[in-house]
Amino acid sequence: MAKVLMKGNEAMAEAAIQAGCQAFFGYPITPQSEIPEYFSRELPPRGGLFLQAESEMAAMNMVMGASAAGGRVMTSTSGPGFCLKLEALAAMTLTRLPAVIVVVMRSGPAFGTMKAAQEDYRMCGNGGYRVVTMAPSDVQEAAAMVYEAFDIADQYRNPVVILADGMIGQMMGSVDFDRMPPRRENLPAKDWALRGSDSRGGKAQAILFPVGTAHYIEKNIAETELYPALIANETRVESIGVEDADIVLAAYGTASRMCRAAMETLKGELKLGLIRPKTLWPFPYEAFEAVNPKCKAIICPEINIMGQMIDDVKIAAAGRWPVSHVGDSRTDFLTPDAIVEKVRQVWKEVNA
Amino acid sequence: MSTPLNHRPHSLNDSPFTFCPGCSHGIIVQLVTSVIDEMGIGGDTVCVGCVGCGGYLPWFMNTDTICSLHGRAPANATGIKRIQPDKVVFTYQGDGDLASIGTAEIVHAAHRGEKITTIFVNNTTYGMTGGQMAPTTLVGQKTTTSPYGRDAAHCGKPIRVCEMLSAIDGAAFLERVAVDSPANVRKAKKAIRRAFECQLQGKGFALVEVLAACPTNWGMTPVEAVGRIRSEMIPYYPLGNFRDFE
Ligand SMILES: Cc1ncc(C[n+]2csc(CCOP(=O)(O)OP(=O)(O)O)c2C)c(N)n1
Ligand code: SF4
Ligand SMILES: [Mg+2]
Repeated sequence: MAKVLMKGNEAMAEAAIQAGCQAFFGYPITPQSEIPEYFSRELPPRGGLFLQAESEMAAMNMVMGASAAGGRVMTSTSGPGFCLKLEALAAMTLTRLPAVIVVVMRSGPAFGTMKAAQEDYRMCGNGGYRVVTMAPSDVQEAAAMVYEAFDIADQYRNPVVILADGMIGQMMGSVDFDRMPPRRENLPAKDWALRGSDSRGGKAQAILFPVGTAHYIEKNIAETELYPALIANETRVESIGVEDADIVLAAYGTASRMCRAAMETLKGELKLGLIRPKTLWPFPYEAFEAVNPKCKAIICPEINIMGQMIDDVKIAAAGRWPVSHVGDSRTDFLTPDAIVEKVRQVWKEVNA
Repeated sequence: MSTPLNHRPHSLNDSPFTFCPGCSHGIIVQLVTSVIDEMGIGGDTVCVGCVGCGGYLPWFMNTDTICSLHGRAPANATGIKRIQPDKVVFTYQGDGDLASIGTAEIVHAAHRGEKITTIFVNNTTYGMTGGQMAPTTLVGQKTTTSPYGRDAAHCGKPIRVCEMLSAIDGAAFLERVAVDSPANVRKAKKAIRRAFECQLQGKGFALVEVLAACPTNWGMTPVEAVGRIRSEMIPYYPLGNFRDFE
């Protein structure tokens, strides 16, 4: 298949279908609605199931059931709907049920603004779980991440979240579906799936919320086996020019695209590096070890106020460099100009 | 030599029940699993639990089974049934679970004509959390969150689930039964069997509402509690069939 021009949301839906997604359960919300729309159009004729649920909560619980029945399944939403999915997401991590959840982040609740945002970085439900969280910064990458997410979810029996933002979902970009990551071989058989005890020679299968000691055993297995494996094998990052940078920018998704524009503007003025986490969890702390020891500061541009990823960047910096946030202003969300201005201001401060 | 008149249904495993003495859940679980045995569908059945005293059912089942979140069993069941349409999928839910936090899920599962079976245990209270008011709590009934008795002017009258779902075309079978007497227990079993047949014949959504006793939170002996089903619940929640299929 040659390169095609597609909206980010549609590219993610198409990638899911090509990855073998059998069922999609969703609910309309801007700026992700093209995803359920695409599935409703494309999935049934290609042998899959599309079902519009009565709410995001119901959609996520349908995903839980469909996953328990052995299906390759997905849902998508934006921040307000993600809140409603969190209880089931937590339950699925504890019962080790794989699925892919695409979150196309926006700012604001039911009304207000539909503009892109990066405000759901910290979003997690009860239970202290972790899920691989991938952050695409262009349409090709959004498709590739969704495509690979199904294999990651199945390999580890843990849900995977794609944390995109309204800009990635809405922008048109070229995507080449011949350039998807390789399908993983030898994924474990879903012998735990609920297909009736007759499918197992009479042996019944129960997917239970572990109680008593079993609860702590499950959580301990996650802490000592599952999460270390995910950290070791699935951490992704892109680093540009950090070894001799005067200032390093750390950003993901659309904010990282704004960083590239700012770097272009400041070319010749000072040396800027960029660390772009492609997975927000596991967070690529190691990437900061390559930063120029003489680097003067790290700046963390995010499409939000106060910063969210900045906490992880501070942990990675471990006091070696000052870390500061630049984000939404009184008039608009983050812009490349705001990043340029912030860099110049920080550069002045560190040289004062 | 003596012959046992009754035996543990094959669809139950050996775990002891967690229900209080005199609790109707024990009778209802016995009826559901006996019907599954008699219909010979245990090997193809997936039981979806709930949150509440009935939520321990997955631990007792000798069929495939899964726990669900509070009120979301119909959504879980929808996901399972849509991936495995040839399996028999049923939910087992209390009145807090189904008629309060899970109203949207049950209404829409019925509305879609989801080919699942729901056993709805109405004991007019939140049993597991200590006897708080449920949407099904009778007017005047004292609970731990309606200590002066349920006031209809303040929080409305109890929801009649079968009547409410009767307005929905996708509901193919709806019946209200009680487990207060041997005669009614037999009727309850017949209705439960019919609700599974509804699913096997692909007719649509099926629900059996079972009027049940919670002696612990009603502050009654088991015998008094069964008496209350008859004297207070049945007059407000009339027994009978609300929807049937050909
Ligand atoms: C989201 C959520 N809210 C509240 C609870 C607490 N909770 C557990 S059981 C229950 C009530 C169950 O009552 P009912 O469905 O009537 O079942 P019963 O115990 O009476 O059979 C509640 C509110 C929970 N587990 N999850
Ligand atoms: S609290 Fe009530 S509903 Fe729960 S097991 Fe005891 S008697 Fe049954
Ligand atoms: Mg109850």
